[in-house]
Amino acid sequence: MANSPSLDIPIALALYRRMSLIRRFEERVSELYKQGKISGFLHLYIGEEAVASGVFSALAPQDYVVSHYRAHGHALARGVDPNRLMAELCGKETGTSQGKGGSMHIFDTSKGFLGGYAIVGGMLPIAAGLALGAKLNGEDRVALAIFGDGALNEGELWESMNLASLWGLPVVFLLENNGYGMGTATKRACALQEIRRAPELYGIKTEVVDGMDALAVREAALRAISQARSGKGPAFIEAICYRFQGHSITDQLLYRERAEEEEWKLRDPIAKLGNQLEDAGMKVEIDTIAQEVAKTVDEAAAFADTSQWAPEQSMYDHVFAEAE
Amino acid sequence: MPTLSYREAMGKVLREALDNDPKVFLMGEDVGRYGGPYAVTAGFQAIYGEDRVRDTPISESGFVGCGIGAAMAGMRPVVELMISAFSLLALDQIVNNAAKLHYMSAGQITVPVVIRMVNAVGSQAGAPHSVSVESWLASVPGLKVVCPATPRDAVGLFRSAIKDKNPVIFVEHALLYKSEGEVPDQHYEIPLGQAEVKRQGDDVTIVAYLRMVPVALDAAEQLASQGVQCEVVDLRSLSPLDIDTVVSSAKKTGRCIIVEETNRTGAFGAEVAAQVYSRAFDSLDGEIVRVAGADVPTPFARHLELASVPSQEDVVTAVQSILQG
Repeated sequence: MANSPSLDIPIALALYRRMSLIRRFEERVSELYKQGKISGFLHLYIGEEAVASGVFSALAPQDYVVSHYRAHGHALARGVDPNRLMAELCGKETGTSQGKGGSMHIFDTSKGFLGGYAIVGGMLPIAAGLALGAKLNGEDRVALAIFGDGALNEGELWESMNLASLWGLPVVFLLENNGYGMGTATKRACALQEIRRAPELYGIKTEVVDGMDALAVREAALRAISQARSGKGPAFIEAICYRFQGHSITDQLLYRERAEEEEWKLRDPIAKLGNQLEDAGMKVEIDTIAQEVAKTVDEAAAFADTSQWAPEQSMYDHVFAEAE
Repeated sequence: MPTLSYREAMGKVLREALDNDPKVFLMGEDVGRYGGPYAVTAGFQAIYGEDRVRDTPISESGFVGCGIGAAMAGMRPVVELMISAFSLLALDQIVNNAAKLHYMSAGQITVPVVIRMVNAVGSQAGAPHSVSVESWLASVPGLKVVCPATPRDAVGLFRSAIKDKNPVIFVEHALLYKSEGEVPDQHYEIPLGQAEVKRQGDDVTIVAYLRMVPVALDAAEQLASQGVQCEVVDLRSLSPLDIDTVVSSAKKTGRCIIVEETNRTGAFGAEVAAQVYSRAFDSLDGEIVRVAGADVPTPFARHLELASVPSQEDVVTAVQSILQG
């Protein structure tokens, strides 16, 4: 694994801000769920904030992103408006999809955020296609595909790695390996002894990174994105991380040892970077960030709460795109 | 008016699209160097290059999803599945992504992809290769499903399909490629969702699509010599469905037969029948009769396969029975 580089204060502060926003946002989402203001399928990103924050800090505005069902953190890291994101989780008309997408299906094309895909692996061929479209259009765009270790055993990963490598497509495959596909440990589901060797066999430049270290993730992402952008074909990052909470909000966590959880929580990416920043004399700055993100999240919750439900008739909108 | 085969008609529009729109490109199994599994794209790669006539690996979910992604990125991909049955390997991409992204993004994303596929029942390919999926896919909100029966319709419908902003499933039929018909020289398009009365008649309405249209027309011709005038309605697209044309014909004749090649249970004819009943019940002189494929996996042996799909004789018999009934 790559070591964490020496601290670049402005970048570290930006990463800290992003991670704090995601954490605070997800904690509020969990509260709103318990209050009955959010319902349905819900998967929190708590614990994995370093991955989204690091990768998105390295991505260019014109690049495409497709993600999976645990996408709130990705959306926030990409700059999707927290108000509209929270409203979508609450099913409100002001949400990113006017309440027709929900937690697992976040879209904001103005940010190149082209969706959370809730069927495991479904985003991977889409990413190859976005990259192919960009290439055929002569556009400087990379397609970032984020998927979990559950997708390792889906054929679409292999199909998409093959297409991307065969056609030299600017795809960055980002594997968020949090050790579990729902309740099944990766090692109980995937026979690969060393995951990185699989993309490498397809000729894809691959790097394994500590997904609990935002700066390390950022550095790996810069290298991968630069590889893809240069026209040298796809890149693959495996970020080793851990979700601190259950697969979904209703998960009883019967399949994990408490000791294992406690061990990983000692590596909390936000606390880790916070300590580094405090050591570098940034105590005031990180306290300010904490206050600011709390305010942002309060505003998002209030915005969602005071927003309207879409009228029932709106369910018939957008089934088909209208002709120009 | 020039005469083209169904194969030539498809090739004509594909060339036209490649010539006129730089966003259009083709991809699929053996569309390029091989010349297309049914020779629709023979010689194309030499003209348009490997980028625009793109051979893919045998990787249906991968390249169908890739076509969807390219459409999201502003291209106009025409993705070809050699055989309709191969779409089964890409159903998540077609049903969950192509069909739903516009909706789930509240209109932010559009997916202007055409997915061509070829029904091969009647080719003695055995059960798996003989699957027809148009009935299933027509039930998916967000997909358009088009099934041309003649070269003229193939040209007009395919032009509309390529221009459409939505995912269009364009179903062709292996046994139709050699069939010939007149195709106007001047440019025309046929809007998706317009059925056509292919033959006028006052006694019985026969509804059909794809390969069952020529079967129905042949049956109508045979019946005409017996003094029975059948009206043949070609649905041309299952989604959007032009039920109005079917209903007005059924109201006129008072009798309705629905012919489809796919096996009976849950097939599209049941939906058509339900809609005709609800809108024209009082005008019907008898029950709607469905002539459909047998509820069996398509058998291999020639005589068994032929027996498993509707024939001209089956349609004639159905018309005679409904007239006696």
